[in-house]
Amino acid sequence: MLVVDDLVKTFDGSGRRARSADDTRVLAVDGVSFDVQDGELFTLLGPSGCGKTTTLRSIAGLERPDGGHIALGDRVFFDGKRKINTPANSRRLGMVFQSYAIWPHMSVFDNAAFPVTVLPRGRRPSRTQLRERVMRVLEVTDLAAMADRAATKLSGGQQQRLALARALVGEPDLMLLDEPLSNLDAKLREAMRFELKRLQRELGLTAIYVTHDQAEALAMSSRIAVVNEGKIVQVGKPREIYERPASEFVATFVGVTNLLRGTVAAVDAADGSCRVDTPDLSVWGVMTGSPLQVGDDAAVSIRPECVQLDADTDGARADGSSGVRNEFSGEVGTRAFLGDSVDHVIAVGKQEIRNRSNPAQSIAPGNRVVLRIDHTRVAVIPPADQKTAAAGAAATETPGDAG
Amino acid sequence: MTTTTPVRPSPEVPRLPDGTRAGLLRRARDAVLTPRTAIVGICAVVVGYLAIVPLYYLLWGTFFDEHGFTLKGFGEAFGKGSLAGPMLLNSIEFALGSAVFALLLGAALAWVQVRTDAPLKGLFFAASLVPLIIPAMLYAIAWIFLADPHTGVINRVFGTQVLNVFSMPGMIWVQGLHLSPIAFLLMVAAFRAMDPSLEEAALMSGASRRATLRRVTAPLLRPAIIASVVLVFVQSMESFEVPAIIGLQAKIYVFTSRIYNVLQIYPIDYREAGALAVVLLAIAAFAVLLSSWLSRHASRYQTITGKGFRPRPIALGRARPFVGAAVIIYFFVTAVLPVGVLLWASLLPYYQAPSGKAVSSITLHNYSTVLHMPLALTAFRNSVLLGLGAATGVMFLTAVVAWLIVRTRVPGRRVLDVLASTPLVIPGLVMGLAVLFVYLRSPLPIYGTLWILLISYATRYLPYGMRYSVTAMAQMNNELEESALVCGATWWQSFRRILMPLMSSGILAGWVYILVVSFRELSSTVLLYSPGKEVLSVLLWEQFNNGNFTVVAAIGVLMVVTLMLLVGIAYRVGLRFGAGTDS
Repeated sequence: MLVVDDLVKTFDGSGRRARSADDTRVLAVDGVSFDVQDGELFTLLGPSGCGKTTTLRSIAGLERPDGGHIALGDRVFFDGKRKINTPANSRRLGMVFQSYAIWPHMSVFDNAAFPVTVLPRGRRPSRTQLRERVMRVLEVTDLAAMADRAATKLSGGQQQRLALARALVGEPDLMLLDEPLSNLDAKLREAMRFELKRLQRELGLTAIYVTHDQAEALAMSSRIAVVNEGKIVQVGKPREIYERPASEFVATFVGVTNLLRGTVAAVDAADGSCRVDTPDLSVWGVMTGSPLQVGDDAAVSIRPECVQLDADTDGARADGSSGVRNEFSGEVGTRAFLGDSVDHVIAVGKQEIRNRSNPAQSIAPGNRVVLRIDHTRVAVIPPADQKTAAAGAAATETPGDAG
Repeated sequence: MTTTTPVRPSPEVPRLPDGTRAGLLRRARDAVLTPRTAIVGICAVVVGYLAIVPLYYLLWGTFFDEHGFTLKGFGEAFGKGSLAGPMLLNSIEFALGSAVFALLLGAALAWVQVRTDAPLKGLFFAASLVPLIIPAMLYAIAWIFLADPHTGVINRVFGTQVLNVFSMPGMIWVQGLHLSPIAFLLMVAAFRAMDPSLEEAALMSGASRRATLRRVTAPLLRPAIIASVVLVFVQSMESFEVPAIIGLQAKIYVFTSRIYNVLQIYPIDYREAGALAVVLLAIAAFAVLLSSWLSRHASRYQTITGKGFRPRPIALGRARPFVGAAVIIYFFVTAVLPVGVLLWASLLPYYQAPSGKAVSSITLHNYSTVLHMPLALTAFRNSVLLGLGAATGVMFLTAVVAWLIVRTRVPGRRVLDVLASTPLVIPGLVMGLAVLFVYLRSPLPIYGTLWILLISYATRYLPYGMRYSVTAMAQMNNELEESALVCGATWWQSFRRILMPLMSSGILAGWVYILVVSFRELSSTVLLYSPGKEVLSVLLWEQFNNGNFTVVAAIGVLMVVTLMLLVGIAYRVGLRFGAGTDS
């Protein structure tokens, strides 16, 4: 089990930022703590520059943290107080780099065999054992046929698998994956997601996975830690993170959502649900973040697929609330056919609500509809200040480069 | 330049729908007799002439006498009593020593520059301009002031002989230090191109720092290491300044100083000098070929693009101030000390190490001597004339030839490209000798005029001009030229009004660069000049040989200031252009 406790890392602002900033230290990792159980695929998810890669590199030993504690089982890698810092090459970890870092002057086999060939002389296996061990891993990663090829002759996906094979050959206690799929094209990336997940399961690997791609994180992880501005803002299973975001940042960064702001008008003590009044409508939901009181400012997150549409046959109801819990009347503004779904944007009063429907349901703009939203799937969370909310939204729209 | 699209060679001649026999003939005639063909043809012939004729005469004059083929020159140059053995060893030791020294310095500094958070990195850039601003001759003289076994400043300050410049290690020190920026720039490029995660991956695989260096870093840097060793080796092999100014006094002979010596003894044995020159040329050419053979797989190393790699500088931590200090010391030793000692010497009536007594005798007398020296004004005028002439001529020629090479599919254009690059491996002294061979025999009465120097300079700097012109031409979108043609401009109009202005910053950068290197040319000039036709570098050389060291220092300071201004302009222009001035 890996334990990371109160990890802190600052960077000297010298270089790019030195001339402008008066405060030259940049806090990259700000008291990060988490643990990873054996066999887990644990994901650090966050926008670029949030400190997730720095955290990973600190675990790897490529970065020296300023403080905190990192231990794998009974082996202490780093301890700020006891001044322990095991060098990267003695931590016995496997790492897959974002750029793969395949050595161009070696063959596929030599690349993969490297971790074994640098073992201390006493523990180095014989030639035949080495060959067997490396080929076994190349077999698993589907590279055995090209073992003697020059590493530069491989395609992107093959290089990615070779990087993985190289990390596996050392039989590491923990695998570190730094945005391993971000350099692949979209189709291949999707295929590799399942491939990686399968390997991790079958080999029983414990892995830490860094990514800025929320879809990747949801698809692969046992647990996700959402990181923002050097801090972990929420840890949970993918479903929890998606359905029960604890903050506005998580709600907007992970997946697409309708975010409404208002104040808490009523709290139902029986089932923990509450009503939030926004300028245009009153929405019922459940509190997924820290508890709120009546009168508190709140944000409401409604996932588009939770918005159910029905044609408004009466056509007589006014805009807004119909009196029934989470039932509203509105008019379809725009419609987009996406193949596997149809998205509608519906105007409810001045508020626009985005829906995602089964492709069988397609309602032309201008038609009146009734919106029904299951209140147990609506998250009521404390509102973020403007800055972090904007950061989360921006990060969702443009999944940037590395973090 | 904003127009950086890949170059598509345009069709040679606009194809007209005219298939008749008369049309064909007319088109053939028109194609041959256009102004374009004339201008391009003349430029191509001139470039070919400049590159081939001296070499031909050199070989002919070395291998043939009135009786036919002979190897007599080789017998004289390398036979018994010629001391060719030690000379050969000295040459190799000097060139290889300088190359290795420059590489070690350059690689270490490049690593610090690219991979660490060392302070004062700006000084590296300043230091990398040293070989441009301080000509090798002045550098050697400055180091005599600094490290003469008896009067050298450094040896005086330490009270004991720290460095004797008049020795093989001394020569290697001066040459290697002077050329270390070349190795530095090459290694910086290599480190920048190399994804640090390649090394981190080795560490993560459990490799020790040593194993990582040996098995990953060194093999990946091999092409750059070979390139910089060969470049510095060839340049040292060919260099005349350090062997002449330090080596002759220390009685350490290498190829270039031997050739010079042979040409100083009357009657001059051109055949012996030619034999030495041919062997030197062969060594230089062999080294270049060897390096391209050794790096034949270099491109393979670049095929993995480091997509998405962001180098993170290594935090030096507590070592940071020490590395910073080393950076300062390097800058101090390579740049500040040599220029400082020249300035100091230029202010003294006779050379002495700094002391209270020396300070009290400071005077501007040397500068007034220089300014009142009629020869100095002639030399300055000649240098300016030659520099402007060579720069303008070369850039015009190469701009036109670059058009031919980049834009057309004329057969033989590659040959022209190679020809224009060959002077790069011809040592200046050999070039001087070759040009001498040509015009001692040629009916053209230019021996003893500035023209012979101009021809020699133009030939020597042809390769540099080509590099700037071809880069500038290749960066330009073909459609810019085509649209001018479509608008009805003739080829010459479009070349003059569209291409030349668009290439101007590249051409200007090359122009200033050639002006700078012309100013300090000594190795071919020293064989070709005649009394009354001195240039600045020759003036320095003569004053040095006459023992007027403080006057030499004053001329040197003026020269450094001039070059600094020129390099400043070149850098400003080059910065925009992006070609850089790295050799």
